[in-house]
Amino acid sequence: MYRYDEFDARFVAERVEQFRGQVARRLSGELTEDQFKPLRLMNGLYLQLHAYMLRVAVPYGTLSARQLRMLARIARKYDRGYGHFTTRQNIQFNWPRLVDVPDILAELATVEMHAIQTSGNCIRNVTADHFAGAAADEIEDPRPIAEIIRQWSSLHPEFSFLPRKFKIAVSGSPHDRAALRFHDMAVQIVRNDAGETGYRVLLGGGMGRTPYVGYVVGEFVAKPDILAFLEAAMRVYNEQGRRDNLYKARIKILANALGPEEMRRQVMAEFEEIRRSGTLEIPAAELARIDAYFAPPEFETLPDTMPEASAAFAGWAKTNVSRHRAPGYAIATISLKPIGGVPGDATADQMDAVADLMDAHGIAEIRVSHEQNLVLPHVRKRDLPAIHARLGEIGLDTPNAGLVTDIIACPGLDYCDLANARSIPIAQKISRRFADLGRQHDIGELKIKISVCINACGHHHAGHIGILGVDKKGVEYYQLQLGGSGAEDASIGEILGPAFDKDEIAGAVERVIGAYLDLRAPGERFLDTYRRVGIVPFKNVAYREQLHAAY
Amino acid sequence: MAAPSPQMLTANRLSDGGVLYWKAGAWVEALDEGEIFADAPPAEAALAAAQGFVARNLVVNPYLFDVRIADGAVHPVKEREIIRAAGPSVLWTQKPEPGSRISEEIEYEI
Amino acid sequence: MPLIRDGSFVEDDFYFVPDGKAFPEEKGVIVTLARFQGEKDTLLAHHSRVGVRLAANENPQVLKSDLSRLAAVVLEFPKFRDGRPFSWARMLRTRLGYRGEIRAAGDFLPDQIAFMVRVGFDAFEVRQDFAIADFRRALNEITLAYQPAADGRRTIRELRAR
Repeated sequence: MYRYDEFDARFVAERVEQFRGQVARRLSGELTEDQFKPLRLMNGLYLQLHAYMLRVAVPYGTLSARQLRMLARIARKYDRGYGHFTTRQNIQFNWPRLVDVPDILAELATVEMHAIQTSGNCIRNVTADHFAGAAADEIEDPRPIAEIIRQWSSLHPEFSFLPRKFKIAVSGSPHDRAALRFHDMAVQIVRNDAGETGYRVLLGGGMGRTPYVGYVVGEFVAKPDILAFLEAAMRVYNEQGRRDNLYKARIKILANALGPEEMRRQVMAEFEEIRRSGTLEIPAAELARIDAYFAPPEFETLPDTMPEASAAFAGWAKTNVSRHRAPGYAIATISLKPIGGVPGDATADQMDAVADLMDAHGIAEIRVSHEQNLVLPHVRKRDLPAIHARLGEIGLDTPNAGLVTDIIACPGLDYCDLANARSIPIAQKISRRFADLGRQHDIGELKIKISVCINACGHHHAGHIGILGVDKKGVEYYQLQLGGSGAEDASIGEILGPAFDKDEIAGAVERVIGAYLDLRAPGERFLDTYRRVGIVPFKNVAYREQLHAAY
Repeated sequence: MAAPSPQMLTANRLSDGGVLYWKAGAWVEALDEGEIFADAPPAEAALAAAQGFVARNLVVNPYLFDVRIADGAVHPVKEREIIRAAGPSVLWTQKPEPGSRISEEIEYEI
Repeated sequence: MPLIRDGSFVEDDFYFVPDGKAFPEEKGVIVTLARFQGEKDTLLAHHSRVGVRLAANENPQVLKSDLSRLAAVVLEFPKFRDGRPFSWARMLRTRLGYRGEIRAAGDFLPDQIAFMVRVGFDAFEVRQDFAIADFRRALNEITLAYQPAADGRRTIRELRAR
């Protein structure tokens, strides 16, 4: 993984001292809250319901054991002993004091971490396929380009006051595990006919009040030109994105208003100008230098056999272990969705234990997935039983990756100032209802995603079952959407009908799943059945209770 | 015409973001120790006075919210203010601080 | 309005002429884009230094053929959150090759000044109570840059290569 040199280290250190000065000026009143707010947001610091919330960047979702231990330390020393992993691969602390944040940032800087641009109307954390560098279907690891984009976008003087936030994702596989088509901009590694790798660039995807699936603006951008291309798109957006209406300010609105042809024309014209100037061309030496940081570990020659252990191990391996490109190795998903638990949360003790586990088995890095789980990318198959056993001791062995209880949920009204309703209790309810593992396996792959405001941090539009919490006259209600997908077959979920209250929603979800089980053809996942039969059968069963009650 | 809802005044402490309630020209941390305004004039007066604390960089974003009195206790009307007073309704990974606001009373039956 | 140029307070040697008002005798005048486009020749004939003030939605491209004759371009920040002037300044300085004064006016924060200097602003209309110490601090807090802009500063990549 990337290692800071003296320049990277000094950059972050200066940023910490700058923020320390800004905090001091806020506390003394030299800065008003209005003046301070954009500054603290650009350092990832929100003021939420109960306290401040600090969102720490985890670039392309990659952490070392040392960094994971520092996150545990921050949780213990400055917070309430836990952290929350987000749908953008970052981590959030819910209880830091403003006066402590400069010290928190200083401690993070000692392990090459920061909270730069995790909020604000600027380019946010670049997310990546959480199986990067390990997946069997990968063309190339996308994290080198993610790192190049991260550096280019850090404190970019032209693009720090965009119409709205800007989210970029990267992937190196034809199978999209990074939800590229729901990002403001996305970079996918592709191979051309000559066998060279380059980048396909997508633009204009997004969740929120008006969800859109993005479209291609660049079919094949050569590697040295990618920053020029991205900068061109950013400039078009900065110049023309709407500034009059917060809810119409994302690039997806502009992309839809201009249409693909006109957007491509404008981006290409700007791209040609930048390329002509040569200022953003990435030298081959630089591409190679960054690539070297992400060189895979030395894989041993190992027999490619899955060890036999307990039935519990086999059950866990069935869902939580994925195919690795090196024989004898596997990718292991650590579920942060214990039955009835808070999706994405981990205690400081758990973080430390996982770091120890990494050291014990020579696993140098761990990933945060946008589905709020952790991923060990390079695990020797023969080590899996011991890892599974240890995960069991620390409560992280839930064998539900990709199943109905692997729910994605934003923090919701329990924490978030923007929320209309609570999300976590709904996730807990649904999780408990489907606790039976046999039942979960019968249902198969089913992605439930819960958001409770139009910012859609739970990515509900991309849920096979999406839930959006709303406020109806001060009461929490939940709207169901079906058939969303964040993969390469991207689709936006369709709203089922009127919202359900907090006591009805879990039952409605259960009836919808019941309809799938009744209607499915052999081998069909929930998403497949929905796409085949449409929404009407699901609508009928979901509202059956209401129909009965009416009579 | 229905009587207006009683109100209370809340803000966040600048230094640590903690939730505060107005009481007689000062701030307390516990909802049930806060001052209840029966009608608009004292509520507005308190809100105006609270601006002084904003100007002295002690609190941010003071605002009034509706409450109701039931069984001799004060309850916020909106879910958001109930949660602000009592802490997150979900008790799993977080360990409540000793003496924290996560009250036994406000039990969320899931 | 106090003016900072080259890091110090200076007397403003331009006079902003609102639309509809007659031109003063001053040598240096600033007008809106609409007025410049309407009265260009007269303006340039009677004043030795002419500047144009652009609103945030006005792309400086429209001034391309006139830039060599303009002593100043003023870019307005209607709200500090409106980041369009950052692109306008950078395009003026780089692609359009403008060598005159690029001035910031309107609502901007001291903490934006470092970005503004990087994209080519060299003059700032500030509030009465603005302290020059804030300006100097803003410029010196972050000494490194990852990406090229309009200030010709060596990027981190270039520093690494040395």
